[in-house]
Amino acid sequence: MELNVNLCGITLDNPIIPASGTFGYGYEFSEWYDINMLGSLSFKGTTAKPRFGNPTPRIAETPQGMLNSVGLQNPGVDAVISEELPRLRQCFHKPVMANISGFSLEEYVLVAEKLSQVPEIGWLEVNISCPNVHGGGMSFGTSPEMAASVTKAVRNVTKKPVIMKLSPNVTDIVAVARACEDAGADGVSLINTLMGMRLNLRTRKPVLRNVTGGLSGPAVFPVALRMVYQVSAALSIPVVGMGGVSSAEDVLEMMLCGASAVEVGCANLIDPYACKRIIEDLPQAMEAYGISSLSQIIGGAHHA
Amino acid sequence: MQKTELILQSQEALTSSVYRMRLTSRDPIAPLPGQFVNLALPGLFLRRPISVCDFDGHTLTLVYRCVGKGTAYMTQAPNGSRFDALVSLGHGYDLARIPDGAVLVGGGVGIPPLVYLARALHEAGKACTAVLGFRSREDVFLADTFAELGINTVLVTEDGSLGKKGFVTDALPDSIPYVCACGPEGMLRALLRCTPSPAQLSLEERMGCGFGACMGCSLETRDGPRRVCKEGPVFPREVLLWN
Ligand SMILES: Cc1cc2nc3c(=O)[nH]c(=O)nc-3n(C[C@H](O)[C@H](O)[C@H](O)COP(=O)(O)OP(=O)(O)OC[C@H]3O[C@@H](n4cnc5c(N)ncnc54)[C@H](O)[C@@H]3O)c2cc1C
Ligand SMILES: Cc1cc2nc3c(=O)[nH]c(=O)nc-3n(C[C@H](O)[C@H](O)[C@H](O)COP(=O)(O)O)c2cc1C
Ligand code: FES
Repeated sequence: MELNVNLCGITLDNPIIPASGTFGYGYEFSEWYDINMLGSLSFKGTTAKPRFGNPTPRIAETPQGMLNSVGLQNPGVDAVISEELPRLRQCFHKPVMANISGFSLEEYVLVAEKLSQVPEIGWLEVNISCPNVHGGGMSFGTSPEMAASVTKAVRNVTKKPVIMKLSPNVTDIVAVARACEDAGADGVSLINTLMGMRLNLRTRKPVLRNVTGGLSGPAVFPVALRMVYQVSAALSIPVVGMGGVSSAEDVLEMMLCGASAVEVGCANLIDPYACKRIIEDLPQAMEAYGISSLSQIIGGAHHA
Repeated sequence: MQKTELILQSQEALTSSVYRMRLTSRDPIAPLPGQFVNLALPGLFLRRPISVCDFDGHTLTLVYRCVGKGTAYMTQAPNGSRFDALVSLGHGYDLARIPDGAVLVGGGVGIPPLVYLARALHEAGKACTAVLGFRSREDVFLADTFAELGINTVLVTEDGSLGKKGFVTDALPDSIPYVCACGPEGMLRALLRCTPSPAQLSLEERMGCGFGACMGCSLETRDGPRRVCKEGPVFPREVLLWN
């Protein structure tokens, strides 16, 4: 059984990557298992300055999923480099994916420049779901032009592969993905969370203090799969698939739809062993469906 | 932190809405006072956090109020039910810092974790007083458990139908060397306004994971952001920014 895949020139032992925001800075999970078994991991979205994020409550349950309005809580790029990454280095010895965020082009550039200096960082995953404070608050990820401008700006300041993380809250995700590819992205990852909300019937008010939050979990899996399928058909750069993945079979579906690697998000939150279990289940699932090499099934669903 | 299976041995209603579960664990566990378990329930995506009410080395006691889908499911679970559970979560009461004569203050379903705390203090040879607040006499639960431990227990009801009338803050003893409290945030804030004594308070927040991974439960403190599920749920009063 061959589980290894290649992502933008770096070989992963297997395609499983815990998704940003659901795995802390990794070391938290090494209390549960040896995280070196992972393909890689994408750490919590990092901004220039420390952020507390949105007021609580910022978690709500949904059918087959959850909403979060955490709002990018992180200690800021300098503390990530001086405190969090050294702790991660103690327990993880593979290239990691740095998830970066920004509320202006300058912020993306600053964070990308700083994290590019860190040797163990293999890829920059650029989250373009944040609102653009200089552009009327519209998310960078909602227009092809703004997505392209972030891609170009980050591309100019790093030698690491740049993976643009796309928002599904758009009319045409393929157009945004194409704009990223044309602007020099080495890959795209999708999907980030879908905007949603819940009410508390007793108070007749939203459960989340922020009113709305991002939906993730098995509820979004079919949407994510459809988007990965459409984007990978249109692009020639690698696609990292995510959204609702919680089993080895889900991983196979994602890869057949065109994902070169697969991120696992909130499954980690309800079961700290989710990624370990998925990786251990993969060989048996591959065998059940007559697959001997994962890298050979990437995009298989597109062929006639 | 540990993942295991908890097996329901017995369950009983303590009031019209509060239930007590006694469970055993598939694997050896060693929860501490103030820590909580996070239970997976069939058909519900997120786990449900419930404080450890008591633990005798073998049997784990949970006391919870039925307030929604998850807790309603729990009330219907037959004996022998197995719950996928994360146990020994969070940072509980710091026993070493609690002196002789501490006052344990609990309101409603904030009372259960104080049972295990009272037992631990008792076993450490430290006396304590419990001040327990309820809405009305028919809502009273666990008062007998504190009494069985030989702990001086003061009951307070909002309507005065049993014990003192009013809120826990109306029934505090004159001398309060130290406070350990758990209950609604309004009660905890009122308590801190009433007494300058050093205190450890157990807080509640909506949780995505319960073990420090999602940042869903963060609290701004004097020391910066802290996770209620990891650095908490018990915090010393001096780090809170409530005043
Ligand atoms: C650390 C901690 C310890 C707790 N200990 C106890 C205890 O010992 N006894 C007890 O009766 N209750 C306790 N609670 C509250 C208990 O977790 C909720 O009452 C329970 O989750 C409600 O679930 P539900 O499905 O019945 O309600 P629903 O309203 O249907 O739940 C919907 C979602 O909201 C969450 N939620 C609802 N109310 C709360 C709340 N008050 N706090 C946190 N999350 C909530 C649920 O977990 C779920 O994700 C504790 C909460 C925390 C954070
Ligand atoms: C609590 C939480 C926090 C998240 N934080 C981030 C983040 O900081 N940056 C980011 O790019 N995505 C973030 N995400 C999105 C996930 O990385 C992922 O794209 C999404 O949850 C879909 O995957 P899932 O359904 O497997 O969870 C977060 C998701 C959750 C649930
Ligand atoms: S609930 Fe996830 S960090 Fe506290």
